[in-house]
Amino acid sequence: MIAHLSPNSSDPIKRTMLDFLGMKSLEELYSDVPEEILLKSPPEIGKRNDHIEIESLIESKLSKKVKLIFTGGGMVDHYIPPLVDELASRQEFYTSYTPYQPEFSQGVLQALFEYQSLMAELLGMDVVNASLYDFGSALGEAGRFSIRVTKRKKIVIASNVHPERKLVLRTYLDPVDAEIVEAPMDDVRGTVDLEGLENLIDDSVAMVYIELPNFYGILEERAEDIVNIAHSKGALAVIGIDPILAAIIRPPGDLGADLVIGEGQHLGSPMSFGGPSLGIFAVRMDMRLVRQLPGRLIGMTKSVDGQRGYCMVLQTREQHIRKEEATSNITTSSSLIAIRAAIYIALLGPNGLRKLAEKILYNTAYLKERISKIKGFKIPFSGINFKELAVSSSVPWERINRNLLSNGILGGFIVSRLFPEMDRGKNIALFSTTEKHRKEEIDMLVDLMGEVEG
Amino acid sequence: MSFSQARWMRGNNVLEPSLFEIGRAEGGTVIAEPEEEIVSLLGGIERIIPEDLIRKELKLPGLSEPEVARHFNHLAQMNYGVDSGPYWLGSCTMKYTPKLVMRVADHPALRDMHPYSPEELTEGLLSILYELQEMLSKITGLPHYTLQPAAGAQGEFVGALIIRKKISDLGERRDEMIIPETAHGSNFASAAMAGFRVVRIPPSEEGTIDMNALKASISERTAGIMITNPNTLGIFEDRIVEISELIHANGGYVYYDGANLNAIMGWVRLSDMGVDVAHLNIHKTFSAPHGGGGPGAGAVGVVDQLKDYLPVPIIVRDNGGYKLSYDLPKSIGKVRMFYGNVGVLIKAWAYLKMLGSEGVRESAAIAVLNANYVRKKLMDSGFEVPYGRDRPCKHEFVISLAKIKKETGVRALDFSKALIDEGLHPPTMYFPQIVQECLMIEPTESDSIEELDRYVGAMIKIKERAYERPEEVMNAPKRAAITRIDESFANKALWLSWKIYEKSKGQEELDR
Repeated sequence: MIAHLSPNSSDPIKRTMLDFLGMKSLEELYSDVPEEILLKSPPEIGKRNDHIEIESLIESKLSKKVKLIFTGGGMVDHYIPPLVDELASRQEFYTSYTPYQPEFSQGVLQALFEYQSLMAELLGMDVVNASLYDFGSALGEAGRFSIRVTKRKKIVIASNVHPERKLVLRTYLDPVDAEIVEAPMDDVRGTVDLEGLENLIDDSVAMVYIELPNFYGILEERAEDIVNIAHSKGALAVIGIDPILAAIIRPPGDLGADLVIGEGQHLGSPMSFGGPSLGIFAVRMDMRLVRQLPGRLIGMTKSVDGQRGYCMVLQTREQHIRKEEATSNITTSSSLIAIRAAIYIALLGPNGLRKLAEKILYNTAYLKERISKIKGFKIPFSGINFKELAVSSSVPWERINRNLLSNGILGGFIVSRLFPEMDRGKNIALFSTTEKHRKEEIDMLVDLMGEVEG
Repeated sequence: MSFSQARWMRGNNVLEPSLFEIGRAEGGTVIAEPEEEIVSLLGGIERIIPEDLIRKELKLPGLSEPEVARHFNHLAQMNYGVDSGPYWLGSCTMKYTPKLVMRVADHPALRDMHPYSPEELTEGLLSILYELQEMLSKITGLPHYTLQPAAGAQGEFVGALIIRKKISDLGERRDEMIIPETAHGSNFASAAMAGFRVVRIPPSEEGTIDMNALKASISERTAGIMITNPNTLGIFEDRIVEISELIHANGGYVYYDGANLNAIMGWVRLSDMGVDVAHLNIHKTFSAPHGGGGPGAGAVGVVDQLKDYLPVPIIVRDNGGYKLSYDLPKSIGKVRMFYGNVGVLIKAWAYLKMLGSEGVRESAAIAVLNANYVRKKLMDSGFEVPYGRDRPCKHEFVISLAKIKKETGVRALDFSKALIDEGLHPPTMYFPQIVQECLMIEPTESDSIEELDRYVGAMIKIKERAYERPEEVMNAPKRAAITRIDESFANKALWLSWKIYEKSKGQEELDR
């Protein structure tokens, strides 16, 4: 029945093995299970399907209806070079386990070390862990990390941080009885209100957290000033960044950040309805920070014969050794997505990444320019946008998006649908544009938006 | 059969060079660049970003596509996977991933599905995820599921938070979580992360939970117990119903760590054991691959009285359709963005469709059959199984090499490295910690009888060698990409990135 997957399920082999064990049937293998809880027949989950049936089943449930995606909200439609898919499909990478046996797993170890190294360069940091689950849980871990490092319990975050990440942070901090305070935002510019932020900072603050770009797609131009404000009271300065943006602006390490987090899915992995993702977690080479890192770390070392090799390091921070004293419970995280990111960065290199970031920057500026000129729409914030753009409309977004979808275009993410508190009474939809979009496609989007009358 | 792993060398001291050594200062593949028309309309970059914020230097290596392709192929060839051969890593369930499930997850409509797509586009996918939840419910008996946790440990965190919130809603002060000493390390860490004080209980002489120790540890502060069954010795906790009743009678909850579910899937339902909340490892039991350490997925199931506490959103059925609902006022919140590792979860759906009802049960039984077959063969050859000899083991079992170590000096670590030279992935070492010099062996249902015999044969051979030429075993591996790695040097040097390595002038150190 399942001998094609489990060869010993074929009757003669099964018989041989049971005979060897002196057993009559498979049921005897469960003779230690109390009668009253042993199932007599399997749970009913439906019949066995063959390959063709499963392929046609999936085909009937999933079909691609969209040609162009301009939706924002923290995950956007990037191009994935074929080499990334090809290399990540090697079974040695995707079927293996966490590299507990380094001699047998040099490939995964070196690939993860290179992820750490490339990401460190890109962000201007020194130490990057070998992955967390996603950007949201990276913020949750950042909160707990900052409390461990500073022994303080007040967390200050910008109010323009992505609301899903705020919720994850609250969930992660719930058991530790921390105080989370939101710094106000300049409603004209769309950036953090520095004076408002400064008023919240005292010497009980563990970390100050801002995002580049923030939920509305806007760069915190005064990130460096915010870092200095945090440091003036001994708080950790934490920056959440789109790693692609780091190819074109001064990297967070250069801005003075102690900890940098972000989403690595942008670097060569598909959206897949929101996951799997890649949580980036990077610090300066400061043992006060490094000893408190959550998750795996790969280090370069040597073999007994003096050859260069790699293995996991500082494992005494981790759950399998430290148990309840561990810095985090994380074990399986997101290695393969980190390896994809390493392949992606290696392939694009300095030129490819810079051009990519430039194209996204220009496309965003162009989209903004075009939308600001059509009747019925307004750009609610005047700050600099990267990749994502908040747009206000005088007509309901549902009508606009319906018109777009009938043309095969996925429009803006209607913020009030899930996060009414983030709409600020401005009827905002979040758009995104990436390297995938050509000028005429952006033009088509804007023209179709203009078609809908108020 | 003999084995030799690829070993790409540059000079005498370096395997495959680093990307930073292969690459040049400039270069790389330009996959897209700004369109001239837009640039001429908007002007230079400094017209968009203030000059002082623009990055001046990006010190990444520049490589051509063929160089990148060869580099990562070399790395892949220096790594062992499940498709390379037997991978008997206890408690990790390294089963074969059918390629059909990989293809399903690679469907373009899924890859390109934006998480904030309108409902009319997500309905088909949500129906798949809903059906997966239903199948998991049937298998476990737990009626309500969330698919949000990104891995087993995150599932544990969610489960512990659910218990914590329920207790606080009841106005009770229960802040202790009982965990058997043999539990997976993540259990202790997850309970602590969720704010519980951990109370450890030792195992009985039979390797199961010591009922007297359990009774003594239960108090009005007890929030619950975190338990895995079969336990990490591969023994079924046959007093599980009694354990659950004890915890329940005292107002606590039973958390089940699903890492070992592969042994009993289709044979015992968690609900019948008295479990209130459980996580399932999609990447262990349900064939999604492990990815070199993720991404996995950790679905969490709960009983009726805990359903209001699941993370948001949940998938609901609505007029025959499916949608995401955030209407869960008592929810613990969210542990990651969006809805979970959907690209992993869909593999479990396809896998269960491939197995069907009978297949689920058969699959677990073959995993258990393989483990018992190997255990008996090893016992017959003089390997010591310290716990549970008088009953069938489940999907895994633990052997102790303490006697071999005492008589030859060969440790479980050395023994494992010698297995590598046979082209076999070693078992989990030194866990559970209650067994000296142990190996935890989980063959899974994927290996043929010939592979089982080959692995056992290799173990017998290495054992004989340990007595005849112990230094040979202690110097293994010789046939992997690299010889024994110096882990303590790694922890002293702390070369955590290429940048740090270069700064610390590591080269001289290495050449010395």
